[in-house]
Amino acid sequence: MIDTPDEPVPTGELVLSLRGISKNFGAVSALTDIDLDVHAGEVVALVGDNGAGKSTLVKILAGVHQPSSGTISYRGRQVTLADPSAALTLGIATVFQDLALCENLDIVANIFLGRELNPLRLDEVAMEVRAWTLLNELSARIPSVREVVASLSGGQRQTVAIARSLLLEPKLILLDEPTAALGVAQTAEVLNLIERVRDRGLGVVIISHNMEDVRAVADRIVVLRLGRNNGIFTPDASNQELVSAITGASNNSVSRRAERRQARQDQTQEPRP
Amino acid sequence: MSRQVERAAPPQLDRADVRVKHEAGLSGSIRAFVDRVRSGDLGSLPVIVGLVIIWTVFASINPIFLSSSNLVNLLFDSSTVGVIALGIVCVLMVGEIDLSVGSISGFASALVGTLWVNQGWPVALAILAAVAVGGFIGALYALLFNRLGMPSFVSTLAGLLAVLGLQLYILGSTGSINLPYGSNLVNFGQLLVMPKFVSFGLAAVPGIVMLITGLRTVARRRAANLSAPSTGGIVTRAVAITIVLELIVFYLNQARGIPWMFGLFVGLVIAMHYALTRTKWGRSMSAVGGNREAARRAGINVRLIYSSAFVLCSMLAAFGGVLSAARLASASQQAGTGDVNLNAIAAAVIGGTSLFGGRGSAYSALLGIIVIQSIASGLTLLDLSSSLRYMITGAVLAIAVIVDSLARRSRVSHGRA
Repeated sequence: MIDTPDEPVPTGELVLSLRGISKNFGAVSALTDIDLDVHAGEVVALVGDNGAGKSTLVKILAGVHQPSSGTISYRGRQVTLADPSAALTLGIATVFQDLALCENLDIVANIFLGRELNPLRLDEVAMEVRAWTLLNELSARIPSVREVVASLSGGQRQTVAIARSLLLEPKLILLDEPTAALGVAQTAEVLNLIERVRDRGLGVVIISHNMEDVRAVADRIVVLRLGRNNGIFTPDASNQELVSAITGASNNSVSRRAERRQARQDQTQEPRP
Repeated sequence: MSRQVERAAPPQLDRADVRVKHEAGLSGSIRAFVDRVRSGDLGSLPVIVGLVIIWTVFASINPIFLSSSNLVNLLFDSSTVGVIALGIVCVLMVGEIDLSVGSISGFASALVGTLWVNQGWPVALAILAAVAVGGFIGALYALLFNRLGMPSFVSTLAGLLAVLGLQLYILGSTGSINLPYGSNLVNFGQLLVMPKFVSFGLAAVPGIVMLITGLRTVARRRAANLSAPSTGGIVTRAVAITIVLELIVFYLNQARGIPWMFGLFVGLVIAMHYALTRTKWGRSMSAVGGNREAARRAGINVRLIYSSAFVLCSMLAAFGGVLSAARLASASQQAGTGDVNLNAIAAAVIGGTSLFGGRGSAYSALLGIIVIQSIASGLTLLDLSSSLRYMITGAVLAIAVIVDSLARRSRVSHGRA
């Protein structure tokens, strides 16, 4: 956040724009020519099958991997995300699929990892208060923030990881499977949170396999298939369209059922002679 | 006091969850401690129990062992390798190892001997040069580790031989350099003890500091609507620790008194403890040792942290070498060889620093080296050969590592790993 203006991004401005991003791991090309735009105040859902390259794309945006080719523009300027701290400094916060928490540290230490208050004499009290505030915003069910992360359940860990991403007041949040391990209340809370974050004018990229969650919050649905763009949809696109874009097959159980339903509707709507 | 708490209508920030038991008061702290130990979070308990056993055994065989003059000697001996063990704690925290600390300490003592005695440098400059060379060797390990991905186990094993070669090379054919008796450095290593009032005064400092910081923390936590430890508990702990320290000092003052060299070692331990627990650097060290990739993704400069650990370890090893040269009043080909290496590593591990990284404390160097030196001193008093000494020290190290592994397993099953 050193060289970016601090006033809120006007809604609708292009926060992030990827052009022609490719990433090769040896002979495997995980991503080919990906284009992606995220506007301020917009939730973009990234969907695709296992191995479609969603997590790789998120890791590129988080600075964990570097793209083999292509350009990343952040708020109108072309940037290189050389390492994770470069992305964090720009205001791109990420919740990774594997959460990336240190199990030997307590919750406060994990939330503030790399961003401790008062580096030469850690301000534990202020950090603990801020940690509770963040966790309460997520209506987290965490017994004590002084427990090591190793003693937490999967859902609690996920909440901690999400709380950490909010700490820095980012401009863009990347959520890789944020609700995968969460209970009903926590999932609802995370979806609420995503809407609140969007209303504050932030850009959100969410990866999820849960179409219901995606439809609930996404403004646009970007489909990846085998490392390539495979269509952009609005949330009112039918399940059938989405599934066939994701799998690349037009003949599957979802489409067959949709056809049967369509056929039944046609029958009932046919005027009786 | 308790009425106020009852009347506070909104629950404290960290006490809102009804599912968690919160122990209050003195008995509560004791119960919490027992629970922690049962779940495998042993802290420094095993080493204290071990120390009591070792001291009981040796004292029953030879009462001289616990005499204050023997204990004063023990403190002199502990300080040199203890400083080296403090460096080992640093590298173990990030989950790496330095096997060459013995050689580096020997090389540093040879450097001080050559520069100071043979070349006529001022002694302070010679010491600085030796420590700086130590830091340079550490930086080399860091470079090999960070840039070439060389495991520290291998690079420091190579360093062990190479640095030993350097030590023999600069000592040349004479093989040893005597440091002049009566010089400040040798006096510091062999004779200088604190005046009695200074030692009593210093022993009161930890209690006072604990009391002040403890009460300030309580006030700040109350103001921030967080639960706070009971004032009574803090006062009790501060008083208890002051009484224990003053008794120890009183007993040691029956003989020569507390060596300044030991005071320096304890000062370094406390500084390291502060750096590891209360600074961003220390937090990053634990994070890198616990989960390197998570630390990197949190924006921590992982390479810098590894470098700081290696450099600090080698510098402390070099400084420990200078101290042991002062203790022996000589820089010889034997300095830093033999069991110095393993004693330093064993001290850190016995004291409770995990070999697996991410878990440890500066105090483990202090406690561990006292265990190691107690064994050495006790066996010397029994007039046992060094063959037996090696075997027994080896067995103690094995036991310490077994305790570490078992505690780790227990932590895993209690969800605290």
